[in-house]
Amino acid sequence: MKKIINDPATVVADALRGMAAAHPDLLDVQYDPAVVVRADAPVSRKVAVISGGGSGHEPLHGGFVGRGMLDAACPGAVFTSPTPDQVRAAIARTDGGAGALLIVKNYTGDVLNFETAAELAAVDGVEVRSVVIDDDVAVKDSLYTAGRRGVGGTVLLEKIVGAAAERGVDLDGCEALARKVIGQVRSMGLALSACTVPHAGEPSFTLADDEMELGIGIHGEPGRQRVPVGPASELVPALLDPIVEDLPFAEGDRVLLFTNGMGGTPLIELYLAHGIAERLLAERGIVVERRLVGPYITSLEMQGMSLTLLKLDDELIDLWDAPVHTPALRWGL
Amino acid sequence: MAAGCTTEGLADALRAAARVISEHRDELIRLDRAIGDGDHGENMNRGFTAMVSKLDTSEPASPAAVLKLAASTLISTVGGAAGPLYGTAFLRAAAAVGDAAELDPPLLAKALQAALEGVVARGKAAVGDKTMVDALTPAVAAAESVAVTGGDVASVLAAAAEAAEQGAESTVPLVARKGRASYLGERSAGHLDPGARSTALLLRTFAGSAR
Repeated sequence: MKKIINDPATVVADALRGMAAAHPDLLDVQYDPAVVVRADAPVSRKVAVISGGGSGHEPLHGGFVGRGMLDAACPGAVFTSPTPDQVRAAIARTDGGAGALLIVKNYTGDVLNFETAAELAAVDGVEVRSVVIDDDVAVKDSLYTAGRRGVGGTVLLEKIVGAAAERGVDLDGCEALARKVIGQVRSMGLALSACTVPHAGEPSFTLADDEMELGIGIHGEPGRQRVPVGPASELVPALLDPIVEDLPFAEGDRVLLFTNGMGGTPLIELYLAHGIAERLLAERGIVVERRLVGPYITSLEMQGMSLTLLKLDDELIDLWDAPVHTPALRWGL
Repeated sequence: MAAGCTTEGLADALRAAARVISEHRDELIRLDRAIGDGDHGENMNRGFTAMVSKLDTSEPASPAAVLKLAASTLISTVGGAAGPLYGTAFLRAAAAVGDAAELDPPLLAKALQAALEGVVARGKAAVGDKTMVDALTPAVAAAESVAVTGGDVASVLAAAAEAAEQGAESTVPLVARKGRASYLGERSAGHLDPGARSTALLLRTFAGSAR
C-alpha cells in the first residue's frame, strides 16, 4: 500500500485539518465528534440540510458544505457510517429554528446510525426528518437485499435541496422536494480497479488486467457481475441502458447527465465517456439540459466511473442553477 | 464469577472481550472484505478499546451501569451497522437487568433474550439472513434451556457460546439478505458472516471469563 498518509488510524482527522486550513472562509470543522459545518451556521429560520457517511468519497460530503448546499456533513471513518453523536452534534450546531433534514444514503450502517441520531435529536427538541436516497439501479430492490444503494444521485439531491432551503422553503417543502428528486434519479457505476482502505492495507478485491466490475458501489464492494473490459463505446451503454430502462427515461424527457469519476480515472477519460453518453441520449431523443462532469463521489483511488440521470423540470433546473458556494461546487456567487 | 455475575465480573468480561476482539481484528477484517467492505474488525476494535478506557475511568456501580456504558460507547465509536446493533443489544440488556446487584442464571438468560430482541428490532433481520442474528438466536435458546434446568452462570454462557459458534458456522452456505453482503446476491454464499463471527467470539469470551 502506497499512500500519502502518516497513520491509518488518523487519516480522517488529519484530512479534516487540511480541509479546514484550505477553506477557512467556508468551513468550521469540529473534531470531537467530527462535523464539518458551514462557517455562518446556524442560519436563522432556515432548514438545516445535513448529510454524512463514510469518508473516502471526497469531495462528498464535506466538500458540499456551504451556502446553497449542505449546512453540515458528518464524516465517518473510511467507508464506515458516522456515529449518532456526530449527527446529533451537527443538528445542534446548525439548527436555525426551522428543523433539520437528514440526507441518508441507503446503506444499512448509515440508515441505522442516522435513525438513532434522529431519535436523539427529537429528545433535544429539534424537528428532524430523514430521506433515504437509493438511486443505484445495479442492485435489485427486493425484500431479499438491503435495497438499492445511494450513489451519484446524492450529489444532485444535496445541491437541489440545499438551494431550496437557502431560499427559505420550509421543512415539509424540503422533504417533499427531496422525495421528488429521489423518485426520478438513477445511477450505475463500474470499476476497472479496486481501492485500498488505509486501515485494511490491501485492495478490497482484485481484478485481472482485462476485467472490470459492473454495478459497483462506492465502498469498494464488488458489483454484481465481473465481465471483460471493452472499449468506451461498449462501457458507456453498459451503464446508460440499465439507467434509461429503469425509470424509464423516455423520448422528450429533459435530464441532467452527471458523469462521475471514482477517484482514479482521469478527467480526459470522463470527458470521453461523457461525450458518448450525450450522443447515446440524443439518439434516444432524451434532451440533456444540464451536465456535471468530474470526480464528485469517489471511492478512494478506484479507477472507474458512474453515470447518473436526473429527470428535470423547470423547478429542478431553477434550483440546480441557483447560487452555490462550497469547496467542490461553486457558481452564481 | 461465583453464583451470579457481579458488576466487577461483568466489567472483567468486557475487558477480556476487548482483548479477544483486538486479537481477532485482522480475521474480522478478512471475513468482512470477502462479502462486505472490510471494516468490521477495525470498527469493533476501536469501539471495544474505547469501552475499556471508559470502564477504567468511570467505574460503573451496577451491572446495568456497565452495560449502559458499553452501549453508549459502542454507539458513539463503532459506526457501521455493528455500532447501533451491538449498542442496542447492550442497551436492551441493561434495561432487562434493571437494578439487580448481580446477574443470576435466569436474569442472564433474560438479558441475552432482550439483547437479541433489540438487535432484531433495530436491524430487522431474521434467522437465515446471514447476520449476527444467526449466532445470537440459538445462543439465547441454549442459554435459556440451561438456565431453566438449574445451570450456573458459567454453564449458561458455555451453552450460549457453543450454540453461537455453530450458528455462526451455519452462515457459511447462506445467501445474505441483509447488510452490504446482500448486494452480492449468490456470490455471498461460501463465506462466514463477520457479524455472526464477532458475536460468537464475544459469547465465547464471556463464557471463559465466567469459569
